[in-house]
Amino acid sequence: MKLWATIKKDLRILLRDKVGIALMFGMPVALVVIVTSIQNNTFELLNKNKIALAVCNKDTGVVARQFIQAIDKIGMFKIIPIAGGKSEAEIKDRMRTDKMLVGVVLPADFSLQTTTKAKNTAARAMSSFGLPGNPFKVHLASGSPITLYYAPILQESYKLSIQGSLNSALQMVQSAEVLKNLYFSINGTPLPGSLEQDMLTGNMQIKEEPLTLDGNKFIPNASQHNVPAWTIFAMFFIVMSLGGSVVQEKLNGSFIRLKTLPTNYYIALLSKQITYLGVTMLQAIVIFAIGICLFPFIGLPGLRLPSDLTALVVVTLICGWCAVSYAICIGVFAATREQANGFGAISIVILAALGGLMVPGFAMPGSLQTIIKLSPLHWCLDAYYALFLEGGNLKDIWVNIVPIFLTTIVIQLFIFIGLKKKKLI
Amino acid sequence: MDQTALKVEHLYFRYPGQDRMLFSDLNLEIAAGERFGLFGPNGAGKTTLISLMTGLLSYERGDIWLLGNTIKSKRKEVNKLFGFVPQTFSFYQELSPVANLEFFGAWSGLNKKEIKKRTNELMDIMSLQEVKNKPVEQFSEGMKRRVNLAIGIIHSPRILFLDEPTVGVDVQTRHGIIGYLKELNKNGTTLVYTSHQLSEAEGLCKKIAFINEGKIIACGDIDVLLADNKEKGLEELFLNLTGKDFRNQ
Repeated sequence: MKLWATIKKDLRILLRDKVGIALMFGMPVALVVIVTSIQNNTFELLNKNKIALAVCNKDTGVVARQFIQAIDKIGMFKIIPIAGGKSEAEIKDRMRTDKMLVGVVLPADFSLQTTTKAKNTAARAMSSFGLPGNPFKVHLASGSPITLYYAPILQESYKLSIQGSLNSALQMVQSAEVLKNLYFSINGTPLPGSLEQDMLTGNMQIKEEPLTLDGNKFIPNASQHNVPAWTIFAMFFIVMSLGGSVVQEKLNGSFIRLKTLPTNYYIALLSKQITYLGVTMLQAIVIFAIGICLFPFIGLPGLRLPSDLTALVVVTLICGWCAVSYAICIGVFAATREQANGFGAISIVILAALGGLMVPGFAMPGSLQTIIKLSPLHWCLDAYYALFLEGGNLKDIWVNIVPIFLTTIVIQLFIFIGLKKKKLI
Repeated sequence: MDQTALKVEHLYFRYPGQDRMLFSDLNLEIAAGERFGLFGPNGAGKTTLISLMTGLLSYERGDIWLLGNTIKSKRKEVNKLFGFVPQTFSFYQELSPVANLEFFGAWSGLNKKEIKKRTNELMDIMSLQEVKNKPVEQFSEGMKRRVNLAIGIIHSPRILFLDEPTVGVDVQTRHGIIGYLKELNKNGTTLVYTSHQLSEAEGLCKKIAFINEGKIIACGDIDVLLADNKEKGLEELFLNLTGKDFRNQ
């Protein structure tokens, strides 16, 4: 009776807190839609859309044209030619005007540099094989480099990926030149085109397969990554409503009366935990439903729920309980609602960043690898990823559930100590 | 009237971090069915004493007994015996009077049926029937005072502590609240009351105690105290006993 009356009271107060409801539901839904859309676009930009690459060829030689063809063959770039006569400033201006992220300038002696280097290499090779041949000893004083222009907003990983592709095309052209020279030195005839193709292009294919626990070959997408991550964030963000509610109860005088009544305050704490655990479950249902039903309508990949739904419920419950405990703990120690909201929000953003919600944990520096394990959000995310991305089941996620459970128990102990210290119980 | 409702015995108390004892060997006895007033200037220790009597603060030495139960060891039993109407509005202002009574009634140990019955009675008594489902935050000061009182008496306590129950209300509300408190007392509830409204106290209390700097400086029937000190009213007696200087506390 007491517990039910308290839950009813908490629900009534919660339903009147329109700002709190907006923060608990509206904000995470907006976040999950926006972040998934952005990440999905980036994913498609890398995988489906071609990157516009400005190419200014100042060389009239064949090798330069072959290099441009090799870049084109990679399939990653849409080549936008810029007349070879343009100056450096004009090229930069054009890139800025047309908002091109990457540009390559081939120097006028590109073909000469490549063929000279190839002839030297071939001659050295002939010599090392012990075969007769005229060592080619022409040296270019200092060859002009290929210049790669890139917009400063380009992320480092993105830039490295582009550099890798261009290097691969350059390697291909240089190798072809060396081969042609070697063949000519040995046979006295030009290298046949078909043989050149066979020698340069490997037939070995790379087979891609996601490392899943259930053998499912479903390729993860932005929705599978973002929906679980931002659901966890939403759960922990209830600190904005619950933390403030605990502080409010301490400050508004109702707590004074509660202390004079023949009921233990633990009933109030239990009620808050049950009520807000229900809220976290509802948050998860709403966000998952949006991922499943709404995403396909707005051009995003639909969310696929894990095959082990029991495990999904267990993880959601334990994450929710951890989030609720954290919020109550903040409320117990905060002296004002502003303190609870300010510290609560900032700490959740920090814990989310450490937990790998914003940048994957594996991409973090080594010094942070131990610290990220202190964030309960890290364990929650690992458990969700094991289900959503790896197709795991309950027995695969115990290793994540146990740390979340232990963290929750520690937080509950802090709540008890805080209430005792402040003589609230 | 022969049973003791409240007994304070050799009480010692000081606030944490303070050297000075606020109460040293304080003794007080209030008979059951009494209408007892506790008065003193600001900072005299009235609210602290009520907080000690209701278990909100813990004392160092001595003991406090409510209807034969010490609040040190029988806290839960004692909490069922008394009601408390704090000076601050101690309820959820975002909820309606009914929702507040439902919650505090359950916490006071009443069952669903009893809560419903008492809520109806109290809404009538406090003239809140028409607004019983509206959020209290929309109410006037006087209406909030009535809600505050209703919550304190929902479980029909045998002792009722009232800390300035009529502060900031209009004459009608004060009249209504005092009238109802007298009625409660007629039905056997012991009232322990503090206020700065001495004229109001004169009409409500039979016995009073004056407290100053943590000490009870006078205690007894109002008529006897007035006669002994040759004063006509409580206000004159108060100034006579506690002085006319401003209190910076």
